[in-house]
Amino acid sequence: MTVAASTGSARTRRRRGRSSLLDPQILLPAVPQSFGKLDPRWMVRNPVMFVVEIGAVITSWAFISGFWSGGNHGQESFVGQVCLWLWFTVLFANFAEAVAEGRGRAQAASLRRTRSDTVARRLVGGLSGREERVPAPALRRGDIVVCEAGDTIPSDGTIVEGIASVDESAITGESAPVIREAGGDRSAVTGGTRVLSDRIVVEITQNPGETFLDRIIGLVESSARKKTPNEIALNILLASLTIIFIVAVVSLKPFAAYANASGFVTIPVLVALLVCLIPTTIGGLLSAIGIAGIDRLLQKNVLAMSGRAVEAAGDVDVLLLDKTGTITFGNRQASEFIPAPGVEMQHLVRAADLASVADETPEGRSIVALARRYGVPEDPEIASWTFVPFSANTRMSGVDREGAAIRKGAGEAIAMWCSDNASRELPDAVRDQVEAIARGGGTPLVVAQDRSVLGVIHLKDIVKPGMRERFADLRRMGLRTVMITGDNPLTARAIAEEAGVDDFLAEATPENKLELIRREQTGGRLVAMTGDGTNDAPALAQADVGVAMQSGTQAAKEAGNMVDLDSDPTKLIEIVETGKQMLITRGALTTFSVANDVAKYFAIIPALFSTGAVGALRALNILQLQSPESAVLSAVIFNALIIVALIPLALRGVKYRAVGAAALLRRNLMIYALGGVIIPFPGIKIVDLIITHLHLVS
Amino acid sequence: MTLDILAAAVTYAAAFAAAWWAGHHMLRVFQGERTFLHPVLRPVERGIYRITGIDEEHEQGWKGYVGAMLLVSVLSLLLTYLILRLQGALPLNPENLPGVPPALAFNTAVSFTSNTNWQNYAGETTMSYLSQMLGLTFHQFLSAATGIALAVAVIRAVARRSATTLGNFYVDVVRVTLYVLIPVAAAAAVILIASGGIQNLSAATPVTTLEGVRQIISQGPVAAMEAIKELGTNGGGFFNANSAHPFENPTGLTNSLEIVLILMIPFGLAITFGRWVGNIKQGFALLAAMVVILVAGFGFAAWQEQTGNPAISSTEVSQVASATQAGGNMEGKEARFGPIQSALFNTAATGTSTGAVDSASDSYTPLGGLAPMLLIQLGEITPGGVGSGLYGMIVFAIVAVFLAGLMVGRTPEYLGKKIEARDVKFAALAILILPVSILVPTAISVLVPAGQAGPLNPGAHGFSEILYAFSSTTGNNGSAFAGLSGNSLYYNSLLALSMWLGRFIFVIPVMALAGSLVRKKVVPIGPGTFPTDSPLFVALLIGTIIIVGALTFFPALALGPILEQLQLHGGHLAAFYPSQGG
Repeated sequence: MTVAASTGSARTRRRRGRSSLLDPQILLPAVPQSFGKLDPRWMVRNPVMFVVEIGAVITSWAFISGFWSGGNHGQESFVGQVCLWLWFTVLFANFAEAVAEGRGRAQAASLRRTRSDTVARRLVGGLSGREERVPAPALRRGDIVVCEAGDTIPSDGTIVEGIASVDESAITGESAPVIREAGGDRSAVTGGTRVLSDRIVVEITQNPGETFLDRIIGLVESSARKKTPNEIALNILLASLTIIFIVAVVSLKPFAAYANASGFVTIPVLVALLVCLIPTTIGGLLSAIGIAGIDRLLQKNVLAMSGRAVEAAGDVDVLLLDKTGTITFGNRQASEFIPAPGVEMQHLVRAADLASVADETPEGRSIVALARRYGVPEDPEIASWTFVPFSANTRMSGVDREGAAIRKGAGEAIAMWCSDNASRELPDAVRDQVEAIARGGGTPLVVAQDRSVLGVIHLKDIVKPGMRERFADLRRMGLRTVMITGDNPLTARAIAEEAGVDDFLAEATPENKLELIRREQTGGRLVAMTGDGTNDAPALAQADVGVAMQSGTQAAKEAGNMVDLDSDPTKLIEIVETGKQMLITRGALTTFSVANDVAKYFAIIPALFSTGAVGALRALNILQLQSPESAVLSAVIFNALIIVALIPLALRGVKYRAVGAAALLRRNLMIYALGGVIIPFPGIKIVDLIITHLHLVS
Repeated sequence: MTLDILAAAVTYAAAFAAAWWAGHHMLRVFQGERTFLHPVLRPVERGIYRITGIDEEHEQGWKGYVGAMLLVSVLSLLLTYLILRLQGALPLNPENLPGVPPALAFNTAVSFTSNTNWQNYAGETTMSYLSQMLGLTFHQFLSAATGIALAVAVIRAVARRSATTLGNFYVDVVRVTLYVLIPVAAAAAVILIASGGIQNLSAATPVTTLEGVRQIISQGPVAAMEAIKELGTNGGGFFNANSAHPFENPTGLTNSLEIVLILMIPFGLAITFGRWVGNIKQGFALLAAMVVILVAGFGFAAWQEQTGNPAISSTEVSQVASATQAGGNMEGKEARFGPIQSALFNTAATGTSTGAVDSASDSYTPLGGLAPMLLIQLGEITPGGVGSGLYGMIVFAIVAVFLAGLMVGRTPEYLGKKIEARDVKFAALAILILPVSILVPTAISVLVPAGQAGPLNPGAHGFSEILYAFSSTTGNNGSAFAGLSGNSLYYNSLLALSMWLGRFIFVIPVMALAGSLVRKKVVPIGPGTFPTDSPLFVALLIGTIIIVGALTFFPALALGPILEQLQLHGGHLAAFYPSQGG
């Protein structure tokens, strides 16, 4: 029982690289990058914006050639402005992408600072070999290195010898040290973290460039992201919409000629109409949304190995949640004192209280709280006792005073302490209690004073407050929760009912966990789970979304497709929400973008056909825009500015509400479809008023 | 007028009742269950398989299914082409009509093979009885059966899980022809004959009218063709006047009967779909989207036609409905139908891909004519042609589901089938074909002299005629803004191309989509699944259809009917109708 091994003290979370949306450090470098991205080889990846760029080039050509030949018919200023705003449209979209990437890059930079030029102490010739100093990048998989207090661990590896407390704040932002020891599920160490105490021998498991830190940096920096399946599908839809509009706009030229209405139907105006119609709002923000999705997870200290994983998270149907630490407090809480035969209850409670007053772990605090409930006041003599903190070796904590000592700890550890390495046996009655508590899913903590056993504290699982509501939310989102626990079915059922999960898997083993995942997947469901142990690795790999805990083993981290740097299994819920948010943001902006077209038509079509044989179409100018030039330009400007206006929404994501699919759709349709139809009307009108007031156009 | 609206409501109600029966009947037929017709027809069906060597049990994948469909279509197209070319030498030609010229014969053969029934000819003066029966009516059965079979393949794709095959095209065609089309058409033909329609092989009858004028009254096997013309949403009439001709559509009652025939299978297939996928509400959802748009189109057209011509409103002439006149715009309408029944028929025939007419679309008010044109341009899915309407609607449903899925934060699924990039690609490709096939040839036609020679009227109305023609042929509708002279080498070829694209090219991505869907596992429905049988989905589906259609065609429609209507309000009537006779 590693009661206090968990770093459960008051958590001071220092999240890496958290930057506001308007951080000038990100915005400023994004400006030149927006120009760099004009490279057609880059633009072609985004068909919608590529069409805008081609349109901008055509318009520029029309402007320049018209300038020499006088072919702009006194409309130089108008054509020039249209041209300028078309370029702005492309640049704004590039800017959005650059800002999204910039946020990731800022985070990578802060990670890089933590990767100092570490010198490794490599052992040559096995564990007992001689030591040599090499730079960390020279380490290869299989090398053995030594790290002592104060050393930075040079690369990812597994402890093969020793135990140490490690400061992992460079990776996790978590300031409290964690215990890492050889063997078991806590043997993995990460390059860039620092040993605080003791000495460990580490076998390196990654070659340079493959380490965890390298992967994080690569991931947040990589601009050649692979598109996610839904992104590809949406891109196809947007591309075909673009083609439809190209056909509609290009065919308008002969239609206008047939109607003797070619006067204003010039190339720049047609390009302007096309750019207004094709879904530039979503096209311009699509890649920013994807990057921002990964980035938002990273801000939650979750490292997604791919955008695909984030997207899959939004689709998850079943969440497998470990009971301990997720549904219940990982650190169990005192619920009962059970004195040993012949020991006064008051004596036991007082001793337990004394041993725990200075113990800042949740268990310790819960013992003190329970003691108060048992009517034992704080001992006035507390000041004369010295606190003996938990150590990984003794597996006990307690207090000492001249000639007196109180300890609490796991049964075995106390037995060892009491019997002075003689018999290692607890008194029978106490041992029975200990076993009974363990059987019931609780944790027994034995208390002893001056090497004689006083009794047992029953620590048991307490369901975290708010879990019930959380699971109800999940149910509304359409997710089923399954609690995974090693407990027997009876205990498991009790906790499952208390927590309000939909189902549970008791007496879980790696095998039946894997089997459960396969069963759910055969039924067509997507499964997400968290895990940290090596024996979780197969299940993590099998799950559609496998979130490995940073505290877990290397194998677990490699099997999953996300790593939670906080090692907080409740994150799964936030991960699912982020995945959904990403899809919703895309859907909302697509709808908004297409809905905008209605108003743009009402601005541009009457402008195109306001004179001559087709002048009757002036009646469609319901916005009463000042002039054809102003109408076209207003629509183009509105179209460009809306991209900028929506960058924050694209980066932050549309808020997800767990209200069920139909209600969510109704809400989003009201905002983004209806809003998308309405907003451009006043928007274009306002731009029209401004540009005519400024005499930019007649 | 109240009576007219009541009659419209009763006609729709009768169409639903017929569709309810037809939907369930088709379900049984395609699932191989016995129907009341089996004792008589099952031996016939078996006989057909024995003679043709069709293996009833063998199923085809999507490629096999499309391949068989294309093979049958191309062969039957050639057959019709030959019959039309050689009709002068063939029997059943009492009028001694000569062979049909090559371009027209080709256009007509494509037209009837593709269920379009665009007619660049006048039936009574161009086609022999053999051509009408074997060349054309034959296709009215076969092309309808083909459309329904394709729809059934798509239904199977949605309903089956982790499968590879979509059924057997030959078996599906035989069954629907034998158990659905022939019996219903036969029963309908009998009613038509009883109501005053004709069915004979006599030569035309010369008569002297009361005014003492000699007139030739055409005869022929009309009722048989008329029944399948409506039932199979073909639309190609025996006579040039189509359903305005008293031998095709003798009374107000037959007018309603024909509307019921037009709507029963397109509506009915939505019922079949719902039952087949195990949730009738899924069928109702598609049906609701079809009906809402159709009825809105009817309401709008009826309102425009009943309101009449704004240019006339400013004169002394009354267009108001009263005891002595139907009122509204009566130009080009039969007195026995009036504006509202005409609009009802016209929107039913354009909302489906029938294209039959009982009034002249060309003479509708501009906006009254816009409604049928837009119904065609929306993709012929409200409710669309037999079969083609349903599979077109399913394509749009998949796009709507994709948007809905994104907006609720889940990879979209339709009836448990996850909609992935591949599916979106096929759906988008299918939707893309329609505007390309409409707008590109229209644009070419207004540019080149051969195209400009087509329209009867100048200006916006002439433009509408060209736009309508390519919309109609692409949508496999076949109705015309009659002003266009389509019987030229240019239009015969280009319109045939549009028909081919709209039918046979469109269906390839649709069937590829079916091939992809049929392989998918079915995801169980949960609270996070967006329900596709809710009014909300119907609204979204309608929105998707309208937005895609309206955004695509708004500029073109603005220069056509919308401009024309605005000009009428401005009193430009004289300038724009120089050659309009009446």
